[in-house]
Amino acid sequence: MLHMMEQAILGTPVREAAKLAFANVSRRRFLQGSAAGFAVAAFASTAEGFARYKTGGDFMPNGLRYDPHIFVSIDPDGTVTIVAHRSEMGTGSRTSLPMVLADEMGADWGMVKIVQAEGDEEKYGNQDTDGSRSMRHHIQSMRQMGASVRHMLANAAAEKWGVDASAVTVGVHEVTGGGNRAGFGELAEAAMKQPVPEFEALSFRDESEFRYIGKGKVGIYDLHDITTGKAVYGADVMLPGMKVAAVARPPVVGAEAKSYDASAAMAVPGVEHVVPLPASIMPAKFAPLGGVAVVASNTDAAIKGRDALEIQWGDSPHGGYTSESYLEEMRAAAKQPGNVLRAEGDAAAAFAGAAKTFGQEYSQAHMAHAMMEPPAAVASVADGKCEVWAPVQSPFGARGDVAAALEMEVADVRVNVTLLGGGFGRKSKCDFVIEAALLSKKLGMPIKVQWTREDDIRHSFYHTTSVERIEVALDDAGKVTGWRHNSVAPSILSTFAPDSGHQFFIESGMGHVDIPFEIPNLSVENGKAMAHTRIGWFRSVSNIPRAWAVQSFASELAAELGRDDLEVMLELIGSDRKLDPPKQGFPEDFWDYGEVYDEYPIDTMRLKNVLKLAAEKGGWGRQMPAGEGLGLAVHRSFVTYVAACAHVKIVDGKITVPEIHMALDCGFPANPERIRSQMEGSAVQGMTIALYSGVTFENGAAVQSNYHDYQMVRSDNFPEKVHTHIVPHPFSVHASGVGEPGVPPVAPAIGNAVFHATGKRMRDLPMGDTV
Amino acid sequence: MASVTINGEARTLDGPDDTVLLWALRDMAGLTGTKYGCGAGLCGACTVHVDGKAEKSCMVTVGDVAGKSVTTIEGLSADGSHPVQVAWRELHVPQCGFCQTGQIMQAASLLAENPKPTDREILDGMADNICRCGCYERIVSAVRLASTGV
Repeated sequence: MLHMMEQAILGTPVREAAKLAFANVSRRRFLQGSAAGFAVAAFASTAEGFARYKTGGDFMPNGLRYDPHIFVSIDPDGTVTIVAHRSEMGTGSRTSLPMVLADEMGADWGMVKIVQAEGDEEKYGNQDTDGSRSMRHHIQSMRQMGASVRHMLANAAAEKWGVDASAVTVGVHEVTGGGNRAGFGELAEAAMKQPVPEFEALSFRDESEFRYIGKGKVGIYDLHDITTGKAVYGADVMLPGMKVAAVARPPVVGAEAKSYDASAAMAVPGVEHVVPLPASIMPAKFAPLGGVAVVASNTDAAIKGRDALEIQWGDSPHGGYTSESYLEEMRAAAKQPGNVLRAEGDAAAAFAGAAKTFGQEYSQAHMAHAMMEPPAAVASVADGKCEVWAPVQSPFGARGDVAAALEMEVADVRVNVTLLGGGFGRKSKCDFVIEAALLSKKLGMPIKVQWTREDDIRHSFYHTTSVERIEVALDDAGKVTGWRHNSVAPSILSTFAPDSGHQFFIESGMGHVDIPFEIPNLSVENGKAMAHTRIGWFRSVSNIPRAWAVQSFASELAAELGRDDLEVMLELIGSDRKLDPPKQGFPEDFWDYGEVYDEYPIDTMRLKNVLKLAAEKGGWGRQMPAGEGLGLAVHRSFVTYVAACAHVKIVDGKITVPEIHMALDCGFPANPERIRSQMEGSAVQGMTIALYSGVTFENGAAVQSNYHDYQMVRSDNFPEKVHTHIVPHPFSVHASGVGEPGVPPVAPAIGNAVFHATGKRMRDLPMGDTV
Repeated sequence: MASVTINGEARTLDGPDDTVLLWALRDMAGLTGTKYGCGAGLCGACTVHVDGKAEKSCMVTVGDVAGKSVTTIEGLSADGSHPVQVAWRELHVPQCGFCQTGQIMQAASLLAENPKPTDREILDGMADNICRCGCYERIVSAVRLASTGV
């Protein structure tokens, strides 16, 4: 999201990609009758066994790299070192991408070592780890670099043995030919001096030869270190002479510390410095919130000192932000016509001529990411340079922001990436890193900034809060003839640019304008809502409230019509087809997650397929005992299709989820084991979102502060059996990501199941854990 | 200043007795396998053993453990061979991994007290430990595997 946000504001490559996606569709329509792939033929090229396709990766800032010298090295002892240039926050990309390269290359996984890249996009290409893009954008470049090294090893062996390259075979970590044999290590030096072959000259492995790709047998690289406590996260970095800082930040965004009394803080043994930090006023991007920092010899003293500060905070223009009244404002806006983003047919006429209309509203509170590792970063500024160690999703973005904050050249800043103890979008925002860098510069010593859990929940870049109002027009037969969906939510854009009160195309593209329903008259609208806190992206982003609204509504509509949920959901999606955005009134900046639409179309057949699969596996339609119910939901996000069938059982008034079936279509499943783990995690996080996740504001300040009032699902009540059903596909069906798409259908599936168990309809997130 | 046995070694921890054990372990003893998650006894990321029993090290001070024996993840086994650690790897439990050392310490303590827990006892016995990535199903399976081999 990060660089895309910046580019969205500047109106450059992201919009170019969107326009290209759109143009391709238009051209396809213009050239009706020609091959569907015609428009992208210019991009495509083919090597033996591999047809390259275009992804949004080419439109990302700094793009993709294909040079194996950047990503691979081989030691004389045969150790193959592969660079992980994406951040590891739990999805497994640090393992899965090198695994793809290793398999294509012929490396034995036991001989592979992974090193984490520093933030350097000029070298590695784009490193923004978000948007479920790691596998989607990089599987091709990883295969290409693996194939390149395999050819280089073969060519080196052929030269060495004086045989033709065609007579040489690359096996597992060895090369044979003409009666000779050599290990990778033996050929390493000569191989890496070989020219890197052109793509067209490469031959790729047949899928039947894959040993690791698609198999799900490779454990995550850090598994042993994680289970022994050796894995290094942000706060685990210790430098000689390093001090630890805890910061008292303004309870309301934009408030300055008017005055403060540091005497009690300074009296805490170990406290050495108290340093004021200037407040930032929205839109401030990732500039720290400001406040007062307490710097101590250890973390305990820093936190105790921080808590002992007495601070008088000044006023902020956002001091009136109170969730209860804000929700009513959003509800009022949702009932009014909004800006029309997508119009198909004549919705006004459909509603005017309807035999019946039916509408409902769905809301969601703000959410904080609450990843288990709160923000923490270490910075050392010395001799005009800055070195940082931090758990960041966007290491190159952090590098640029730190450089700007320190008024240094980007070249003088180095960002080392630790493991991330969860990210969920929070760690794309590097305010905590900038804090460490500013303090280190000011005090002339290495500084670790440690956020407490209270800091994390009170000073987040929050998931937006929203009201989604959906209305349908029905004819005499109960058929939907018109659809109006007004989405009202403060926008992420308000963190980056002066707030217009309106969402922008990236948010609109998440389950709003891209609604895949076959209804002749649609009006997709956006009402106004001004931001009064820092809004940021949270795993799955706007797809969460959209799936919540649309899928809950589909179930409500079924009940209203006295029909079956599955039948109505399938009927709304309609016939098997790929949506035709220009014909269907999509806005010209229709986003499709930054992809070229022809490569990743909205395919209703795949959408219906996962819904039917989840329903079938979950036993949809069976008679349930009293107090139990099933619920369905399906949603396409990040170009992956996921459906959920949740089984809810009410036990003494408490909502429990004994099992949930997750059916997904992510194209070619590159690492099924981590795909399953992401679906299991999505089910758990989805249940937390459904039951508990709500940060509310009073007079500008967040009310919740820790896991007692911002609760998480725990092992005594979680989706105990998560069954993951992966739709199999060959490599030719483009792989897409799984980090985010699992979450959106979970809450509505649970909500719909609660309805079928109890007759009570859930419309507001969080719904609480009792009914 | 307090004398504490940490992972079988007699150590002296400098600083006031009201220093939170979690931070003493991390900042003074250099044992960073024990993690900070909430500072309020709500998430279990900082779980260690005090005289063999699971304790949340964010809720205990150095003074509280003077003369006692503290085991952290680094001391659970020399080489990661504790049955709980082995089960964790066998079932590929972790995602981001941050809470896992606390989970493992909690599971090891649970099994030390109750070597053959029922499923309900596992679910309830692990409920103090939050995993935001949502690895619970595998955590429960791994505890069961460590206890029964199944």
